[in-house]
Amino acid sequence: MEQQTAIRMQNITKAFGQVLANHNVSIDIRKGEILSLLGENGSGKTTLMNMLSGIYYPDAGKIFVNGEAASIRSPGDAFAYGIGMIHQHFKLIDVFSAVENVVLGLRGKDANLKLAAKKVCEICETYGFEIDPGQKVYNMSVSQKQTLEIIKVLYRGADILILDEPTAVLTPQETERLFHVIRNMKKAGKAIVIITHKLHEVLSISDRVTILRRGEYVGTIETKDATVQSLTEMMVGKKITLNIERPQVANPQKRIEVKNLTVMRQDGVRLLDNVSFTANSGEILGIAGISGCGQKELLESIAGLQKVSDDASILYCAPQTDASIELVGKNPKAIRDLGITLSFVPEDRLGMGLVGSMGMTDNMMLKNYRRGHTPFMERKEPKELAEKIKEELEVVTPGINIPVRRLSGGNVQKVLVGREIAAAPTVLMTAYAVRGLDIHTSYTIYRLLNEQKRAGVAVIYVGEDLDVLLELCDRILVLCAGHVNGIVDGRATTKEEVGMLMTHLQKEDGRNAV
Amino acid sequence: MQYEAGKISAKKKHREPLLRIAKRDSMPLLLSWGIRIIAVLLSLVVCAVVIYAITRMNPLKVYGAMFEGAFGSERKIWITIRDTVSLLCIGVALAPAFKMRFWNIGAEGQVLVGGIATAACMIYLGDVLPTPALFLVMIITSCLAGALWGVIPAVFKSRWGTNETLFTLMMNYVAIQITSYCVALWENPPGSNYVGIIHPQTKAGWFPSLFGQQYMLNVILVLALAVGMFIYLRSTKHGYEISVVGQSESTARYAGINVGKVFVRTMLISGAVAGLTGFIAVSGSSHTISVNTAGGRGFTAIIVAWMAKFNTMTMIIISLLLIFLEKGANEIASQFNLNDFASQIITGIILFFIIGSEFFINYQMIWRGKNKEVA
Repeated sequence: MEQQTAIRMQNITKAFGQVLANHNVSIDIRKGEILSLLGENGSGKTTLMNMLSGIYYPDAGKIFVNGEAASIRSPGDAFAYGIGMIHQHFKLIDVFSAVENVVLGLRGKDANLKLAAKKVCEICETYGFEIDPGQKVYNMSVSQKQTLEIIKVLYRGADILILDEPTAVLTPQETERLFHVIRNMKKAGKAIVIITHKLHEVLSISDRVTILRRGEYVGTIETKDATVQSLTEMMVGKKITLNIERPQVANPQKRIEVKNLTVMRQDGVRLLDNVSFTANSGEILGIAGISGCGQKELLESIAGLQKVSDDASILYCAPQTDASIELVGKNPKAIRDLGITLSFVPEDRLGMGLVGSMGMTDNMMLKNYRRGHTPFMERKEPKELAEKIKEELEVVTPGINIPVRRLSGGNVQKVLVGREIAAAPTVLMTAYAVRGLDIHTSYTIYRLLNEQKRAGVAVIYVGEDLDVLLELCDRILVLCAGHVNGIVDGRATTKEEVGMLMTHLQKEDGRNAV
Repeated sequence: MQYEAGKISAKKKHREPLLRIAKRDSMPLLLSWGIRIIAVLLSLVVCAVVIYAITRMNPLKVYGAMFEGAFGSERKIWITIRDTVSLLCIGVALAPAFKMRFWNIGAEGQVLVGGIATAACMIYLGDVLPTPALFLVMIITSCLAGALWGVIPAVFKSRWGTNETLFTLMMNYVAIQITSYCVALWENPPGSNYVGIIHPQTKAGWFPSLFGQQYMLNVILVLALAVGMFIYLRSTKHGYEISVVGQSESTARYAGINVGKVFVRTMLISGAVAGLTGFIAVSGSSHTISVNTAGGRGFTAIIVAWMAKFNTMTMIIISLLLIFLEKGANEIASQFNLNDFASQIITGIILFFIIGSEFFINYQMIWRGKNKEVA
């Protein structure tokens, strides 16, 4: 055999209660090779890798490291075997510097800051990283934090690196840089696993692909033999078309006009700085930006959930009467009492959009439970609506009264989107509507958004996947550090242009508005 | 290179962990109650061993005495019932606050101020007002007093985000000091430092006997409150708001609920019901007031509320269990000349097993070698 096997997982099974996260999965990870672990959300990729990094322990099956049977019971064990995992959510101490984070938890010579700083620089040179060992984490960008996480793992002597969805938070340029580093690590003989559900990344970086579907092992193929279509079929289990529709905008009318919107955090940091734009009916306005650039605050300001600056103005232009109504200073109830239906699918589905401990029926009433003149709840209509949404959107749940937090991510989102659309809105705002959803559900969501667009709703779509933004949206507003850094035509722009606007703040006069 | 150390430990460590804990999905109702009953039986066995080890007495006799203490005579049964409904009433008062995740540990104080208001009405108005008017005034003032005690921390929390746990706790001490002052003010006979039974002859302001039972009115009142609160929390718009606020404040704001208003309104209700407990305690059972009128039940009721998961119907059973243990412990303490601590050990062991059984209902344990192929 030309390549040595670093890790062999044999017939691994892991169950959480009744749910089988992994069933009889076997994979090989080889040295000097990049393996993509591909699968939809909930297919068990992360669970499988968490058993290598010592977070879970398998219910059945064997793990061999360098040919010897191994038992990985804790992250400490994993490091002893030379396995390091870079999680999706970074585990860094904000107030510490880079090098302090690197030595965190180590003892003796390894924890010497000066030696560590020197070694960190060596690692950077070997693989082509760029990092300042003395920089504090709170001053770092997302991509720098990720780099630091990788260095942390390398410093501990890992030879097997597992990266969980590493590109989810990166711009196209940063992704390219990360891939460059990963290729260098491969050259140095490390075994690398990338967990992902982005097909073009699989094709551009990996040597082999292992595909999981609903916890089951589907197969492993050489990347050179794979295409987007063949991978999708293996991942989803059936043929699907991967085109997002984009109907032409018909009869656009001004629906929401935002002017001079500034939102300050309590410590005076400007989360949104002088933002102005309009959203039209019958159009999908995309909002792009690195996460945490003010997207959340923007939508919450329109929904009446944020305190905004005094000179800000958010005008709602009613469809029939053409009357303009100022929304600033009104809470969600006041807005609803004016007869305006703003639907909002927030990023935090269970923490804001739904009540996790309640069933579908009770969640349907969240915004209109005040209906009726008695002090008692009217549960008949919400129950019918819950039944309807369950059927039409194919929500998988044992019953409409099962707490929604027990549903899977995709089904939770269907409940939330279903409710918001059922309210017959004139404005529909969605934040990361397809985050964590499988392909099938994602396309269901795109279809629903397009239906709303055709019905003349002003749709605002905050997204993170640039490919989708470019295919779905009519116009794209790019936020950069709380500024509107440009509004571009979704049909004419390129991924590189949007990526550039996301990272490089332009001068005020440099705006290329459409 | 670096993983040499790893290789050594790898050989040593290749063993499955002895015991792993995993969360259960759900459990059939029958099985979960089976586990709880087994827990109670096990606790009785452990208690028997402890009893024998400490006192060399026959545990069965001791258990018999405990039962005797709670249900030995008609009078004892009624005292047990009276104390059960008193504890239940505070649990009912706490239910809406805890369901809203508002840590009201100030029930003790809210009960006391309700008791003070009732006692003041009895002393100053007892011989002045006709009975129906007197009762109306006592109910209103005790509710108002309790509501005031409950709402102050809620107003501060909704306005300035203060911590309600500390605030409600501190309010207890204020209530206790006010009670001491009132006791000194109303003491009878002078110098005794007791208020004594108020109106022992005329019985003005005392609960009337119903169906020949002195405490029947207490039972009816409290059960009505428990049922009312059950419906309030389950079926009304207010109850819905309380659940949403308790789950997530940002969801509540998203839904257009005024979170501060719900805090204040719910604590008015919670405090008022606690105040009403003070009224029932003074007018319906002790007919006097002292710093022990609440008797720590304001804190015991927290256990009741949590064990019942804020369901006021389940609270009936839990209150009865706790009062039964208390009465039983007192009985064996006096009957066998044990000190209080010995009987409290028994109560503690039984509670430990009951609460501990919830762990086995929510989690399962996997021992080494029990690796099963899941189909």
